[in-house]
Amino acid sequence: MDFSYSEEQQMLQDSISKFINTEYDWDSRQAIAKSETGFSADHWQMFAELGWLTVPFKEDDGGFGGSAVDLIVTMEEFGKGLLVEPFLANTILAGTLIAEAGSSEQKTELLTPLMEGNVQLAFAYAEPQSRYELANIQCSAVINGDEIVLNGHKSVVINGAAAEKILVSVRTSGDACDREGVSLLWVDANSAGIQRNSYASVDGQRAADIWFDNVTLPTSNLLGNAGEAIDVIEKTIDRAALAICAEAVGAMQMSLLKTVEYSKIRKQFNTTLSTFQALQHRMANMFIEVEQAKSILLMAAIEMDRLNGKAPKALSAAKSRIGKAARLVGEESIQIHGGIGVTDELDVGHYFKRLTAIQFSFGSTDYHTARFAAS
Amino acid sequence: MNIDFSADELAFQQEVSTFLAEEFPEEIRNKTANSIELGKDDYVNWQKILAKKGWAATNWPVEYGGTGWTPTQKYIFGNECAKAGAPEVMAFGLKMVAPVIYSYGNEEQKQRFLPDILASNVWWCQGYSEPNAGSDLASLKTTAVREGDEYVVNGTKTWTTLGQHADWIFCLVRTGAADVKNQNAISFLLIDMKTPGINVSPIYLLDGSPEVNEVHFDNVRVPVENLIGEEGKGWTYAKVLLTHERTNIAGVTDSKNRLKELKEKAAATSDGMPGSHSMLSDNPAWQQKVAELEIDLLALEYTELKTLAAVSTGKAPGPESSILKIKGTEIQQSIDLLNVEMAGYYGLPFVRDQFMDGFDGVPIGPDQAAASAPIYFNNRKATIYGGSNEIQTNIICKAVLGL
Repeated sequence: MDFSYSEEQQMLQDSISKFINTEYDWDSRQAIAKSETGFSADHWQMFAELGWLTVPFKEDDGGFGGSAVDLIVTMEEFGKGLLVEPFLANTILAGTLIAEAGSSEQKTELLTPLMEGNVQLAFAYAEPQSRYELANIQCSAVINGDEIVLNGHKSVVINGAAAEKILVSVRTSGDACDREGVSLLWVDANSAGIQRNSYASVDGQRAADIWFDNVTLPTSNLLGNAGEAIDVIEKTIDRAALAICAEAVGAMQMSLLKTVEYSKIRKQFNTTLSTFQALQHRMANMFIEVEQAKSILLMAAIEMDRLNGKAPKALSAAKSRIGKAARLVGEESIQIHGGIGVTDELDVGHYFKRLTAIQFSFGSTDYHTARFAAS
Repeated sequence: MNIDFSADELAFQQEVSTFLAEEFPEEIRNKTANSIELGKDDYVNWQKILAKKGWAATNWPVEYGGTGWTPTQKYIFGNECAKAGAPEVMAFGLKMVAPVIYSYGNEEQKQRFLPDILASNVWWCQGYSEPNAGSDLASLKTTAVREGDEYVVNGTKTWTTLGQHADWIFCLVRTGAADVKNQNAISFLLIDMKTPGINVSPIYLLDGSPEVNEVHFDNVRVPVENLIGEEGKGWTYAKVLLTHERTNIAGVTDSKNRLKELKEKAAATSDGMPGSHSMLSDNPAWQQKVAELEIDLLALEYTELKTLAAVSTGKAPGPESSILKIKGTEIQQSIDLLNVEMAGYYGLPFVRDQFMDGFDGVPIGPDQAAASAPIYFNNRKATIYGGSNEIQTNIICKAVLGL
């Protein structure tokens, strides 16, 4: 039994950790989050040069290796810095779909520039009525000869504003929630008939609602066979869920650390908060939650690697348990900080916001508890 | 044992309900129903309507223009207002500073300040907390040093809710020498916000709202006649006020309304969860959570009624008010989170403009889904303010359990 990282994984972790600690301090992060695009193009180029954008991909595709463990090493460090650069949307969501379903031409056209940091991508899958049900798709794509006509509305597309090319889950046949008839295609974001309403999300990232009104594209923009995309979409969303679980583990460690540190300096009643046993126990409970979260994250990553990326039960166990931990750690961090914790100025509130967003992305805590029970 | 209202009380309830139906402005009703932030004018307009009816000061004695209502009448009034979506009056003038003025102020102060408070001509804010005096309020450091007929005030107050609108601030300040025991050195001082040396700076909260402020005092000269009561007694005045004026602290009716609304919306929200439930309201896990919350709220409602019954027989509300604060805020926050959960992905957009008066863009998400997370973030304050829930727990330990 060996839970240690490989030498390459260790180096990857060290290099991201060094970046977060030296170049991604809180003020810099806030300045980037509040900038027009919401992320730093310079950082993105640097990620490409350091090879971080290749982490989720197999060596055959020109990647670092693409194991689930590689992914969690990376995302945990990003979580510590509350990274706003669209790593998840580009490499894990769009990237996994292309790597899993794309033809070699599509990989050359989309995956290579992605790894080089030369294109911004997004995956539009949620719809106003879908909540977490991935096959609940009303966006329709009608295939007519060598042309596709796309209509519909996609919700809360992460990186939807900056994306130059958008991958979209669509229905090409069947009824609203059928697993059959779901297809995957990509569309140029500047195509006629696309309207985007972009906004910041509560965690300081960027998203957009996107409307497609008779958007036409060639059938060569389909990824994989028409009507058979649901499996690869599920696999991709599970991978993204694992990634944000790791991000949550990183964010929780920082939130706990900052809370413990603050309790040692904040004085009330002539003593530091850290001397009150009632608060000590609560921080000890937060620590237990973080350790449980770390453990179940490793379990899920190991299972995913063992089962070729398809370990829904293990993933759901992790997302459910980590969601519970994220809620407790996020809320308790604020409570122990007191009033200052509810302000926009202090970083602890922003860890709380990201931890909240994570709980409700790619399936809520309850969703994954129910899926664990059913699988 | 009997929890029914008397015939008079039922008639009163009808009178309040009719008044609200006729007089509560549609514009404000629409704003609260759509999570639109209320502005200063909304509060002032509504309070002036209440004042005209003679119902602005529900806790004041009749001689100063209060309603003279029994505790049960106040309870009925609060309930009916919450049902109608009417905002509570701004507490700072009507419920916080006014009772101190009519209880401990001199005749001149009463005549100078009370009529304008009653008529909502003046907006008050509260200067209690300081950056280093939160739960431990008595350690406050803002000083008021007497020079002739004036106090010279220096220091910083924080968490001053809506202080940006305020005309006046009531402050706890330190007047005694540094070696005087904390509580005996604190005085209650009224300060005109237009006085030179006062600087108000906004504090943005997690929902992006500048709801609270820091108020800085730099050699602010305040006439001695603005001192309420005696020097060194301010702590006592503030404390009496806190135990007697914590009305509607549990927010039971508001929580009942929100739960009802949550259930209605869940019946119109697709489930999107594993299993064959079409609507969220059919999902057993969701049902279980909502039911547990409803049951907890029912227990709290009866705790509140018991407290009300005790107060009606002349007893001061004791440590029970700590239960109301703790359970009331916990339930509010649970409802906040269920709303985020129901919103699903539409809990993520941070579109503050959408919930401001006059927004005319394309709204993101259904109903108020996108307001759910900001409300959840902002309302984490509820377990922190008004004596944090940890402080309330300490009160139960000491005052009830004798620990």
